[in-house]
Amino acid sequence: MPATYEPIATTTLGSAASTITLSSIPATYTDLRLVFVHQGNTANPFPILRFNSDSGTNYSYTDLYNSGSTAGTQRVTNSTRIAISDWGTSSTTIPALSIIDIFSYAGSTNKTCLINHNADLNGSGYVERRVGLWRNTSAINALEISSTQNFKAGTTATLYGILKA
Amino acid sequence: MANTYTLIASNTLGASAASVTFSAIPATYTDLVLRISARSDNANLYSTFKITYNADTGTNYSETRLYVQDTGTISSATQGSRSNNTARYETGASATSNTFSSFELFLPNYAGTANKPISHFGVSENNSTDAGISTYATLYRGSSAISSIELGNFLGNFVSGSSFFLYGIKNS
Repeated sequence: MPATYEPIATTTLGSAASTITLSSIPATYTDLRLVFVHQGNTANPFPILRFNSDSGTNYSYTDLYNSGSTAGTQRVTNSTRIAISDWGTSSTTIPALSIIDIFSYAGSTNKTCLINHNADLNGSGYVERRVGLWRNTSAINALEISSTQNFKAGTTATLYGILKA
Repeated sequence: MANTYTLIASNTLGASAASVTFSAIPATYTDLVLRISARSDNANLYSTFKITYNADTGTNYSETRLYVQDTGTISSATQGSRSNNTARYETGASATSNTFSSFELFLPNYAGTANKPISHFGVSENNSTDAGISTYATLYRGSSAISSIELGNFLGNFVSGSSFFLYGIKNS
């Protein structure tokens, strides 16, 4: 069976940084999966996602969440980014897990992604499930994860490519 | 390029069992994925099973939950200092026959020394009342590599035909 789930690139921060960029993404896969295990240098780093360095108001997202013991929903339109999480993790010792699936990223239609964010903190925490849209018909060749605060050293981001055949 | 999504072990039950354990999990992967198709013989429409790592029954587990049962409102809860993690909605003996629930757990950096955040999805559909969807952020505060995973029912057994697949993913 051919390999259909391949690592494209992985980054582990050796020191704190506010941005991780994965660029020169080949257009040879069907879908992408980004596995992001992260901690903030300070609380609530609020990680965001952009494609192809586009900071225009071309993003929107809708989500379902539990922020502690409160369930809620949210819709954000004409945004300059897709929030990976509205909270990140409020711990500097417990990592959060965000899994981002990006579908048909090399096609000529607008791009959708599914974000699965997990930050349990032993008695509090956040769980967020989000669908995002980037209204652009170009192939995605770069992903940028950033925050107004730094991600802690040891934070990892791995991008996988998935082939349908 | 090598395939990096590899089956480590699987178990399809030929007879009912109260629990299933994956042991001697090698530390050579980056992440683990556990995919489950399960049904309980407990006489309810749905049930819940527990997940224990490295046979650790200390209060080192916690979870933040989102779930909805049938057409009800979305529920949420947060539980700290548990002695296991949980998974719902497992299809029960009173549900439509030959119907099994589905689960997926994603465990990143399972071989590391840091606290381990884990993603969980569980669904049960019944063509009747009491279908359910759950999605949890869970945490295991163990500093050792995860080398075993035990899945056990709180009530009853996994029925014959329940299946459990453990995959390893490498990032290089």
